[in-house]
Amino acid sequence: MSNGNAHAEGASPAHGHDHAHAHHPALQHHFDTMSQQREAGVLGMWVFLLTEVLFFGGLFFAYAIYRSWYYDAFAAASASIEILPGLINTVVLIGSSLTMALSVRAAQTNQRKATVNWLIATIILGTVFLGIKVYEYADKFAHNHVPGASFQFAHVPAPGEPHVEEPAAGHVTTMGHDEIERTTQIFFSLYFTMTGLHAVHMIVGIVILFIITWMAHKGRFDSEWHAPVEMTGLYWHFVDIVWIFLFPLLYLVERHN
Amino acid sequence: METPVYPAHNYLSNGHTLRSWLLTKDHKRIAVLYLISISAFFFLGGLFAVGIRLELTTPQGDLFQPDTYNKFFTLHGVIMVFLFLIPSVPAVLGNFLIPPMIGAKDLAFPRINLLSWYLYIIGGLFTLFAIVAGGVDTGWTFYTPYSATSSSSNVAPVALGVFIAGFSSILTGLNFIVTIHRMRAPGLHWFKLPLFVWAHYATSLIQVLGTPVIAITIVMLFVERAFGFGIFDPQRGGDPVLFQHLFWFYSHPAVYIMILPALGVISELVSTFSRKRIFGYSFVAFSSLAIAVFGFIVWAHHMFVAGISVYAAMVFSFLSFSVAIPSAVKVFNWAATMYRGSISFEAPMLYVYGFFGLFLIGGLTGLFLATLGTDIHLHDTYFVVAHFHYIMVGGAIMGYLGGLHFWWPKIFGRMYSEFWSRIAAILVFVGFNLTFFPQFLLGYLGMPRRYHMYPDEFQVLNVLSSAGASILGLGYLIPVIYFAWSLKYGEVAGNNPWGASGLEWRTQSPPLTENFTEVPTDIPEAYEYTPKVVREAKLV
Repeated sequence: MSNGNAHAEGASPAHGHDHAHAHHPALQHHFDTMSQQREAGVLGMWVFLLTEVLFFGGLFFAYAIYRSWYYDAFAAASASIEILPGLINTVVLIGSSLTMALSVRAAQTNQRKATVNWLIATIILGTVFLGIKVYEYADKFAHNHVPGASFQFAHVPAPGEPHVEEPAAGHVTTMGHDEIERTTQIFFSLYFTMTGLHAVHMIVGIVILFIITWMAHKGRFDSEWHAPVEMTGLYWHFVDIVWIFLFPLLYLVERHN
Repeated sequence: METPVYPAHNYLSNGHTLRSWLLTKDHKRIAVLYLISISAFFFLGGLFAVGIRLELTTPQGDLFQPDTYNKFFTLHGVIMVFLFLIPSVPAVLGNFLIPPMIGAKDLAFPRINLLSWYLYIIGGLFTLFAIVAGGVDTGWTFYTPYSATSSSSNVAPVALGVFIAGFSSILTGLNFIVTIHRMRAPGLHWFKLPLFVWAHYATSLIQVLGTPVIAITIVMLFVERAFGFGIFDPQRGGDPVLFQHLFWFYSHPAVYIMILPALGVISELVSTFSRKRIFGYSFVAFSSLAIAVFGFIVWAHHMFVAGISVYAAMVFSFLSFSVAIPSAVKVFNWAATMYRGSISFEAPMLYVYGFFGLFLIGGLTGLFLATLGTDIHLHDTYFVVAHFHYIMVGGAIMGYLGGLHFWWPKIFGRMYSEFWSRIAAILVFVGFNLTFFPQFLLGYLGMPRRYHMYPDEFQVLNVLSSAGASILGLGYLIPVIYFAWSLKYGEVAGNNPWGASGLEWRTQSPPLTENFTEVPTDIPEAYEYTPKVVREAKLV
């Protein structure tokens, strides 16, 4: 058993391999080679994204529990959200992932100008997303859909939906009108926490993108070292994917009717 | 035998300004920064324990108001768990030793390593602010709805402090995982790694997978408290038990964040001071991973009386027993390692002997609490308090102190007083048992935890416990004196004062900033204590 793994995978490759030419200026002193440094960075970023999955995972878990308990309230609250801004934002964000990927590609192929341009495009799309989000939040404030003391939610039954004033005895599956209004606060609490945390991640991403764009503009990256662009790309795609889950869970609970 | 000379060039001599410490990227200096800061928090948390034990010497509540007492046990718990135990072994010993143990110059991300120390300090400052501002009274578990709506104490700053310190823990774990995967010296494959490194790898997995969950739980608590959101509020349909699930999904595995690195330390010490290769290397290595995995599927045993379904409780009860298997694998393998070994009684090894006794009692009483029927009797009594102190103090701190005594000569290049270190180790063991064994009896007899008054018939056992605590406190204070003394007056240790076999003992003490003058290439098997090696090592 103890000899099953003859070589140390991932440990530094044989010496002399990369020593034929001078060290790359971006090589840090504690790494032997650029490839070791790159692999460490990529692994570190993936581990970080794993922690992010669990971070959002707690919220998705709470969402799953409450949605299964208060499905009617979730459907009613979700129906009160305008779909169009969310849809536009979904397209905008997927577009920004494309421009991000193109900037990584441009960095890999030594195209400094294109790297900068695609990064700027990503920043613009990210900002558009946040702008639309601000509009949506303002709308919620205007309708008193923000949880707390001033929360109000008037449940308008959809056409064809049986109007139940009080829960009928024995019918635990259908929620009463009052109960729906009360428990929609849970939905909106989750809505604001989930989209708010997502927006915080977007803002952090945009700040990082500005720094990366500046570095790219200064010509710091080449085909051998462009780790910051690549890492930012991984992060950006992750934030994008979170939204791909948030959009249907929050906007589309019962739109099929 | 030549007298070893204190090396003129080492990581400590590489810069003496405050800046050279506060902006260092050297994992060894960061480990020393952690050592100083966690020791400060340890004694601060200890002060709150002194208050608790003083109050409990008499049945009446004559020292504190009930609210003050609540704040004392809350702050004792918060500081000891989040600011001492969780960083203790990994951030000090792991930080210092993993790179030299694997023949690397540093951790994979030195700047992130420094960042994690700063995050730890910021988290600690939030907690200190809360103490100055009047304390917090929810218990270290922050249960809702009390923490979310009722408590008027400083829940938010403490919760934020825990949140920030959590990211320090995540980044340390992330750094270790990448370092162990990517920075090993050529030829050092996984099954030649010291078990200390395996234990830290398993710990890091928990830190990376568990900590984000408590982070998001604190976010939910925070938005509820700060903005009036209603995620756990029963009046709006929220479920306080959901908070408990999310809290324990991290906080049970967090126990293994505290104990696993200590188990790694014990493996090193047992092998070194028995002069034998560890028995069943791969079993001990994989048992660390097994504990990490099992640790994630037992959390609801903290909630047997919280109204969870009886079927869920049965499953969690059964799964909780399964943690005993890898734990027992370790203990049996250590015993087998010592069998017919050449055992000695230096201070680090005294902590190991103490650890065996305390970890055994702590582990076996855990089975009482994993059993549904007995847990209903023992839940929220002093039995629970005694049980987790046997694991977290008896296990984790004994491991930490044993490791600190073992690697102190490597870290600072000098030896401490052999006599006083043995006295302190014995005081800690005696004091610990006198403090916490009576609490098993108190809990069994029905004394609930977290009250500042109790019926008269419990006084004898409580006085015994407080008396033990004063011995324990003395046992923790004496090392501070002889460690400080050793820094200047201690005998020069030399590269390898214990005749140990790990890679870290091949370099000078204290090591150079780069750890090795050249990357080690002839990597031996782990724990190569053949008679020839032992003989030669003793000549150093």
